[in-house]
Amino acid sequence: MIRILRTILSNTTCTDAPPQLDAHALEQAGIAVRRMLDAQCRASLAIRQVDAGSCNGCELEIGALENPYHDLERFGVRFVASPRHADALLVTGPVSRHMAEALLRTWDAMAEPRLVIAAGDCACNGGLFGTSYASLGGVDQVIPVDVFIPGCPPPPERLLLGILAAMGRHVRA
Amino acid sequence: MNNSPAWLQELSAWGTSSRMLQDRILLVTVAPEHWAQLAPEASVRQLRFAGLWADVRDEKLEVNACLARDGWYVLLRATPLDGTMGLPSWARWYPAADRMQRHAHDLWGVRFGECNPPWTRHGAWKADEAPLRTPVTPQERGRDRYPFATFSGEGVYEIPVGPVHAGIIEPGHFRFSVAGEDILGLEERLGYVHKGIEWLACGRKPAALLPLASRVSADSTVAHSWAAALALECALGIAPTARGVVLRGFLAERERIANHLGDVGAICGDVGFAFAKMQCSRLREEWLRCQHGIFGHRLLMDCIAPGGVAVDLDAGHIRLLRANHRDMLQRWQNIAPILTDYPPLQDRLLNTGRLSTVAARGLGVSGYLARASGLSLDVRHDRPQPPYDRHPVQPCLQQRGDVAARLQVRMAEISASVRLLDALLDDLPPGPIQEPWPPGMAAEGVGVVEGFRGEIVTHVRLDDQGNVARFFPRDPSWFAWPALEVLVGGNIVADFPVCNKSVNASYSGCDL
Ligand code: SF4
Repeated sequence: MIRILRTILSNTTCTDAPPQLDAHALEQAGIAVRRMLDAQCRASLAIRQVDAGSCNGCELEIGALENPYHDLERFGVRFVASPRHADALLVTGPVSRHMAEALLRTWDAMAEPRLVIAAGDCACNGGLFGTSYASLGGVDQVIPVDVFIPGCPPPPERLLLGILAAMGRHVRA
Repeated sequence: MNNSPAWLQELSAWGTSSRMLQDRILLVTVAPEHWAQLAPEASVRQLRFAGLWADVRDEKLEVNACLARDGWYVLLRATPLDGTMGLPSWARWYPAADRMQRHAHDLWGVRFGECNPPWTRHGAWKADEAPLRTPVTPQERGRDRYPFATFSGEGVYEIPVGPVHAGIIEPGHFRFSVAGEDILGLEERLGYVHKGIEWLACGRKPAALLPLASRVSADSTVAHSWAAALALECALGIAPTARGVVLRGFLAERERIANHLGDVGAICGDVGFAFAKMQCSRLREEWLRCQHGIFGHRLLMDCIAPGGVAVDLDAGHIRLLRANHRDMLQRWQNIAPILTDYPPLQDRLLNTGRLSTVAARGLGVSGYLARASGLSLDVRHDRPQPPYDRHPVQPCLQQRGDVAARLQVRMAEISASVRLLDALLDDLPPGPIQEPWPPGMAAEGVGVVEGFRGEIVTHVRLDDQGNVARFFPRDPSWFAWPALEVLVGGNIVADFPVCNKSVNASYSGCDL
């Protein structure tokens, strides 16, 4: 126990400062925000993540949002297990033909207003996997997308920027 | 062939022809009528089943099966008799062959034995269509009735989970049969992230294959792209540059550490030990940031190129890296002992999710899964190709085969790999990082690499123009998934997440 406390105390807080959220920063990161939600979820955002066919790179970086450096929860954003509790759907990967139905049903289960964030080049437009007998391409081929976050995979700061933009914190449509 | 082991000579005696494909990899062409007999013959000689995939060459369907022992590999190749389109199944001798055969059936239309329930197809194209041979008419995936095994008895109930899981992980379906709290059986149904990687590879130029190989499973991006590059190089008989080879090893060890750090933290987090989860995820983040600063990509994607690597280090980088290694080792040595002798943690992990040595051998697992169950398997040791020939690796072994043992193997590998990183930097030769790529020709090669998860075997065949005609990356997850089904038996449902995390098989790596 002593060692645990000592380790915790000897590691000072490492959390990064929140990213700048002006239109310029979003544009620089290539994030497209098509539709902005207003008052509804200003205070907090519950996200349900769905991998619709990714190579797991995007998942690794989304997972990194929970580490002490990024500490997503300080912004009132948390990942929830059920789509019924979620305000937003964070989708990665090209939509594989086998995942299309599961994605659609997850989206159907969400209460409105619901937000869809496509994370990663694959989710934005199919990326390297494109469209084929096995892949339907980008997420917007299956459900309407509000925010696009490019990158392969998008680094955590860019994901953070995209998610915060989706919350409509500082940016007005 | 003279100093090849006896079993290899006995096995090649079954062939109609055999030739050394490359160093310690033998290709044996066999008649289809001998296919059934070869599985028991290989099994009594204690050969490990290391993969099976189909191919079409000169309009002829062929099946390749890969067997391995002591760092030697043999590729058995047979063409099903005209009209039958099928070969006998090996699943009775090598249970892990089952899913690979069904995958080959769904994509290539080759049948194995009588019963070929779909695996990768999911009803998204017709049963008699084969997307890798002829274009298919995709159809609605359909609610096909998948024949799950059922358990019956008083109070036995089922818990279906997925494909969309509760956490930030890949999709797949699990069907638990449970009595009270105890798991009687688990059946996996995978294939949900099948996105046509094998199909996309066909016709690519060698250099364009690597971005695809990098994305077979992003956590093993270095290992998969290295295996693909190695297969290409072996096919054309070129050697990557000396500097390129050391840098490849360097990148692969960094990837190993990044993944082990993440998983060690996640395993502890799954049993509620938040301290370890936070400390490890912090270390991992610092590790990835260093990679971003030096190699330009946090996960090291696209750093490997045919003939070498695409990134180089200068003196400034090397100084930074050494400081980074020193820092990591010091912090890690502070945290690691807390995990190994913290009784509440060990209490949850000891005896949880046990995989016996016999089961591990029977299922053909590799990597930490094998090493934690007492099987000394490590490509870096068994088949020391550069740069591991100059930097011998001792497999980190444990005997118990439980979650605690897997955790211990991975923890030991973190320290060992950090030291190896320094040794590789000491040994970094000057010179170019890439060999010029020769003009293409018809050829084939195999790349074997120890990724963080275990052995990756990648087969690449080039056509006359030197474009990719066949690419099959065999991820270790093909064997880890069946092992997960076995090792959760008898555990309580609440321990499934930690068992699963300790195995950490990739969905994308085998759904392809
Ligand atoms: S965007 Fe890149 S990292 Fe994300 S799923 Fe696609 S290939 Fe993988």
